Amino acid sequence: MRRNLWRRFGSTFAMGAVYGLTGLALVPLGLVLWFTTAKGLPSVAHMEFFTNAQRPSGIPGGGVANAIVGTAIVVSLASLAAIPIGVLSGIYLAEYGAGRWASWVRLASDVLVGAPSIALGLFAFALVVVPQHHYSAIAASVALSVLMLPVVIRTTEGAVGLIPNGLRESGLALGLPRWRVSLQLILPAAAPGVITGALLAIARAAGETAPVLFTALGNQNLVFDPTRAMSTLPLVVFRDALTPYKDLQQEAWGAALLLMVMVLVINLGSRWVLRRQIRLARQL
Amino acid sequence: MAAAVDRIRRPASIPRPPDRYRSLIAVVSWAAPAALILIVGVLFQQAWPSVTRFGLGFFIGSEWNQVTDHFAALPFIFGTVVTSAIALAFALPVGIAVAVLLAEPGAQGVRGALGTGIELLAAIPSVVYGIWALYVLAPWTLLHIEIPITDHFGSIPFLGGIPRQTSLFTAALVLAVMILPTLSAVSRDVIRAVPRGLRESTFALGATWWETTWKVVLPAARAGLFGATVLALGRALAETVAVAMVIGNRPEIPSSIFSPGYTLAAVIANEFAEATGDVYQGALVELGLVLILVTLTVNVLALLLVRSASARPAV
Repeated sequence: MRRNLWRRFGSTFAMGAVYGLTGLALVPLGLVLWFTTAKGLPSVAHMEFFTNAQRPSGIPGGGVANAIVGTAIVVSLASLAAIPIGVLSGIYLAEYGAGRWASWVRLASDVLVGAPSIALGLFAFALVVVPQHHYSAIAASVALSVLMLPVVIRTTEGAVGLIPNGLRESGLALGLPRWRVSLQLILPAAAPGVITGALLAIARAAGETAPVLFTALGNQNLVFDPTRAMSTLPLVVFRDALTPYKDLQQEAWGAALLLMVMVLVINLGSRWVLRRQIRLARQL
Repeated sequence: MAAAVDRIRRPASIPRPPDRYRSLIAVVSWAAPAALILIVGVLFQQAWPSVTRFGLGFFIGSEWNQVTDHFAALPFIFGTVVTSAIALAFALPVGIAVAVLLAEPGAQGVRGALGTGIELLAAIPSVVYGIWALYVLAPWTLLHIEIPITDHFGSIPFLGGIPRQTSLFTAALVLAVMILPTLSAVSRDVIRAVPRGLRESTFALGATWWETTWKVVLPAARAGLFGATVLALGRALAETVAVAMVIGNRPEIPSSIFSPGYTLAAVIANEFAEATGDVYQGALVELGLVLILVTLTVNVLALLLVRSASARPAV
């Protein structure tokens, strides 16, 4: 009898420990959210932060407009390449993905997710910066598109896979060619999931520093020409945080807050859309 | 006879219209594997000046000298392995605990919130972790962990020396936080794939929750959990900027985990843009090549383990 009591006590104790460790896991999340918000808010509170380009330390009125524009341009160009290719690859995997080739594509994209992002930077440097002899936003986009590709592929595959076969069969029964069934019937039905995947990939790309370090390089001025060097928000955080100047460090916290809010909004929003999509697909 | 019937019955194969759409998207789907091969190829080509010059000595020496153009990788390999190992040691118990809780049947609402929290941890950009670690975590770690430990246990190897804010240990702590989501999400899936019958029959025999979890469920998920750990290791090895901001950037093999060090990814991030000369650039790219080859191997291994574990048929 006493032995059983001990066993029950031990189990309760262990469960408490599991809960405790899980709580411990959430502590860093809270700390990062709190400190980034608290330290970043003073920068973000000024309108100049969004409208002015970076300025050297000691000159007031500096902002990160150049980095916001840079992030937008670099990530848009990367999306232009990664999203169409990723979506078509994902459709291929979902619709014809039983063979050996498809399993290689799957393995390759899963492995690509874990590829060191700094290596993608080196790759884009060799591929674009070296032949052109100068740093450019395009080079950064090449690196980021490789980073986004596997995310888009796997989420598209998942979303298309959720669409019930009846839809495909009814399209084919009406005599539609396969490409129209796939692109005009299946893809729109899977759109929320596909868009979610694309958004998550965009969020991930926008937050990456390592691939843009020696491709986009950074630029204090506001530029719109993608063949020139550009700054992005993560670059501002990385470079400014490591300077000894208080005002630049403050700017770094502001940029970090901006980045974090953007990423969190995209993530929470897409999670909500995805959940709805899965619920709707189950009803079909 | 049967063959003859077969010959009569089977119509000459009807020529199917070529499915151009299928061929087209099949070609597009080559993009991911092609990118992977191209990356390794291009890095190899760029690293060639260093590969031919230093040969295998690159992995043995520990000199990193831009003036004499002499480069070797050992300090960076050491830093990468040590920080990743310490990070895993911290993250493993926490990650498995989270996974156990997330995989537990019931309590849908709490679990959903918890899962969302852990996944947000994965979504935060590494540079945000970096700035937080540099200004918040590192000073705290120095005061409350590094100084007390060096004071009391300084005689133990690797725990002595003069503690610094930016050290292998601080980098490992950030890494532990950053690999936690991977570890717990993959472990959760693996634990969920353990047949329900196994759990239920253990409960039916009168085992407690802990006995079921520790002696039946976790051992059954062993291979997959190992895979999750290896996958997390791959993430830790590859992490760049957060580490570059807090590791102290010193290209030597330190005698204590509280001293500054360097990792493969961090040195590339810090030095590549200013690297001049084929040999210097080549050496940095070779570090990148080593890094990507190691992480690819680690990832493939982990994926195979996780996949075989999750693909088991449910009882």
